[in-house]
Amino acid sequence: MISQIVGVLFDGLAYGMLLFLLSVGLSVTLGLMNFTNLAHGSFAMLGGYVTVTLMRGAGWPFLLTLPVAFVAAAVASVAFERTLFRRLYRATELNQVLFTIGLVFVMAAAAAYVFGTVTQPMKVPDYLQGSVRVWGINFAVYRLFLIGIALVITVLLVGALEMTRFGAQVRAAVDNQRMAKGLGIDVDTVFAITFALGSGLAGLGGALAIEIVGLDPSFGFQYLVYVLIVVAVGGLGSIGGSFAAAILLGVSDVAGKYYVPQVGAFLIYAIMVGLLFFRPAGLFGKR
Amino acid sequence: MLKLRVALSCAAALLIGVAGAHAEDTIKIGIIAPYSGQFADTGVQMDNGIKLFMQQHGDKAGGKKIELIRKDVGGIAPDVAKRLAQELIVRDKVDLLAGFILTPNAMAAGDVSAQAKKFMVVMNAATSVIIDKSPYMVRTSVTTPQINETYGAWVFKHGTKKVYTMVSDYGPGHDAEQAFHRGFKAAGGEIIGADRFPVANPDFSAFVQRAKNANPEAIYIWLPGGTQPAAIAKALAERGINPTNTKIFGQGELTLPEALKSMGDSAIGIITAFHYDYNHQSPTNKAFVEGFQKNFNRIPDIYAVGAYDGMHVIYGALDKTKGKTDGEALVAAAKGMAWESPRGPISIDPQTRDIINTIYIRKVEKVGGQLVNVEFDKVEKVKDPTHGMKK
Amino acid sequence: MDPHAWLARQTRWSGAEIGFWLAALLPFLLFPTYLTLASQIAITALFAVSLDLILGYAGIISLGHAVYFGIGAYTAGLLAKHGWGEPLTGLLAGAAAATLIGFLTGLIVVRVRQLALLMITLGLGFLAAEAANSMGRITGGADGLQGISVWKLFGVFEFDLYGYTSYAYSLAALFLVFLLSRRLVHSPFGLSLRGIRENQRRMPAIGAPSHRRLLKVYTIAACFAGIAGALLAQTTQTVSLETLGFQRSADVAVMLILGGTGRLYGGIIGAIIFMLARDQLADMNPQYWYFWIGMLLMAVVLFLPTGVLGGLARLVPQRWRTA
Repeated sequence: MISQIVGVLFDGLAYGMLLFLLSVGLSVTLGLMNFTNLAHGSFAMLGGYVTVTLMRGAGWPFLLTLPVAFVAAAVASVAFERTLFRRLYRATELNQVLFTIGLVFVMAAAAAYVFGTVTQPMKVPDYLQGSVRVWGINFAVYRLFLIGIALVITVLLVGALEMTRFGAQVRAAVDNQRMAKGLGIDVDTVFAITFALGSGLAGLGGALAIEIVGLDPSFGFQYLVYVLIVVAVGGLGSIGGSFAAAILLGVSDVAGKYYVPQVGAFLIYAIMVGLLFFRPAGLFGKR
Repeated sequence: MLKLRVALSCAAALLIGVAGAHAEDTIKIGIIAPYSGQFADTGVQMDNGIKLFMQQHGDKAGGKKIELIRKDVGGIAPDVAKRLAQELIVRDKVDLLAGFILTPNAMAAGDVSAQAKKFMVVMNAATSVIIDKSPYMVRTSVTTPQINETYGAWVFKHGTKKVYTMVSDYGPGHDAEQAFHRGFKAAGGEIIGADRFPVANPDFSAFVQRAKNANPEAIYIWLPGGTQPAAIAKALAERGINPTNTKIFGQGELTLPEALKSMGDSAIGIITAFHYDYNHQSPTNKAFVEGFQKNFNRIPDIYAVGAYDGMHVIYGALDKTKGKTDGEALVAAAKGMAWESPRGPISIDPQTRDIINTIYIRKVEKVGGQLVNVEFDKVEKVKDPTHGMKK
Repeated sequence: MDPHAWLARQTRWSGAEIGFWLAALLPFLLFPTYLTLASQIAITALFAVSLDLILGYAGIISLGHAVYFGIGAYTAGLLAKHGWGEPLTGLLAGAAAATLIGFLTGLIVVRVRQLALLMITLGLGFLAAEAANSMGRITGGADGLQGISVWKLFGVFEFDLYGYTSYAYSLAALFLVFLLSRRLVHSPFGLSLRGIRENQRRMPAIGAPSHRRLLKVYTIAACFAGIAGALLAQTTQTVSLETLGFQRSADVAVMLILGGTGRLYGGIIGAIIFMLARDQLADMNPQYWYFWIGMLLMAVVLFLPTGVLGGLARLVPQRWRTA
């Protein structure tokens, strides 16, 4: 009995960590720049394809492709930000939403053109496969790896935010942009760097997600929904919020499907609607 | 002013050209399939099957030239499918309809086929009731109960007494579940658990754990192709469930080539039931696979073979009616047709107009360093079981 | 000029408008093989107009409006399937069901703004789609609702293969709903909606509290969406899960942005452009339809954010402008 609960919690935690990696970038950029970037899921997809291409085309080891996925997504996002997104910072939310949805369409079509519509086969190295048995419970090695990476990244992020000058600038800009500019903070550069970081994390998340959920051109759409849910529930601009929301959603999704499979699909949406109704700003949101 | 006149004359010329193109000795086939969107790959493979057939057998049948008009339905969109079928008949004046990957689209077009009395060939959609929508319809793919009810009986007869089933929670999944349960229980087996997971289900760990708790001797899985087969296989492996300790049964989608590449050796021993695999050992299939790879650089799958056989029916029926295209004549010619398809011997049931084919039981094995589905048993001349039963 | 006189002037029919509606009759004469397409365009236009009421005029960004469309469709479809195939009463039943659900969900929706609003409408959409999938025995699930047979319209006009009856029926419904919307928008109530859209916090200060008004327009929009859905069910005699789906909600938002929000005609023009483009492009290059529509969408947002009609409006001299 206990072992089952632990097993379920562990799986939910791992799933939640994956969602966190995919979503934290969007939460920060939404909170910071007030720019609704629905193409965030497509940057994750980009990271995924980078990994697959490097592994299959060039024979790179999996772990080595991860930083490349991060960088590739970051670079791509900066390119889009400099050329296209910045023109829409003053646009209405609807326009931002539709513009970035247009971008999702284009990137999905491009992925289909370049890689085909098939699911990309991928196998992680053997030392990441299988499971370890502790106290009679099977813990999947890959999920442990996921949780590990996510925790490391969270620590790095929070550390950077709380303890570096750049982090202080980001926090200032999130709290009150005009004031921050007035204090001489180069908000533009802060935006660009934060956006790149956030998208890079999405790319990393995408690369890590393939082993669990698979990769095809519709990845950008499918995971967009889950990412949006995490961001909305966690609150904009809050890393802690995303973390909490991701865990909450990951665990309740897995637990829901385990204990009451008939409502498995409903649970995540019902929780979101309910929570947002009572706390529209999300768990830790500022607005 | 001059520009306007030039434009108008060009337009007029185009219109006349288009109108004149419908010569009397052409037979037009309207193909409705998803060429874009989530199911685009299936549409592409189906189209490849059609192209290969025409390349190998020429573009004439019944003494007339065959012309294809393709329409993209974009995905699951029965209202669009119905409109496209109507437009193909009314506007493009096609003589027959073909294609249909997805069930709701096939159902909607079936109505049009019945209303307009046009011959219709379903090349993929696998739900049993589709065939009843129009008396001018035949199917050249397979039906879900054909595979799964037969499989259920087979599984029991080969030594498995209790099974835990897991299927996707939507129409085709329910069909498969019920068919498998029927076949298995009728043969004497016991279903110890039946789970349904949501269609968009990224994470299978909860469901796999539930299955594991029941400690089954065998698990039966049904899910659509795409990203899920590999995901569930990995989830099973993570929990230590693999064919060496638990029998894993599934429909062919579970062990498609892409999925096998992602699963690795943990897939060895999974047993699946399907009506076609590119490794089927027969001269007809060998020629088919070679031609397919040469022309499209891809391995053929069920969508390709369903379309290839669909074209065979169309050509054969037209040859029999000597080019007459009315629905009655073509469907009468198609009934009872029997031939050797790349998948094996198949025929069109004269009573139900549905396909009769062989269901193969395959096991995943490593052959020459690659993982393939090896056929080791089969059940021949399987008809769709639901049409034998009362409604 | 006093406010009522100004409003009265807005409601005058311009020559272009009359021309447009007369042109809508042309397909009967000139393009009889395109009538089914025209019928589906009319239905989609009706749906777009219903979304414009809340999105363009009241500022409620909803990505789940298809829920009401789907409810209207399933209600009308189920009624016809189980023996009552009379079209007009089926239409009213669909509208009534959508109105009810619109009201109930509206109670939640109007109390949130911005991202929370977007997410709640999205969430409601997914919940509805899942619910319809689960109730497969009633809704037919993924295979769609089968066995719908609709009786003759007025007992005389059968729904034929060419689509004459379908188009006439859909066009008439579109026109009626359009008239109603027009009335609504050019009334003091409509003006207050635009006020809410511009600055919601201020409205109570000038005596027009927002929640009740938003709820009212949301329910009306749901009703109109339900009518569109019921029409689709009756003219195509199929209903499937994607009538409730995200794709449908997203497509109609795209149409609105193409045509221009807040202009009633924007939804209609956007629907025409979108559906014609998809029909034509799908023939030529179906695989990359998404690519082109994505590019178009981005281009419109960047260069023509007020949509086609907004762009055209800028070309028209000031004194001829109405809304």
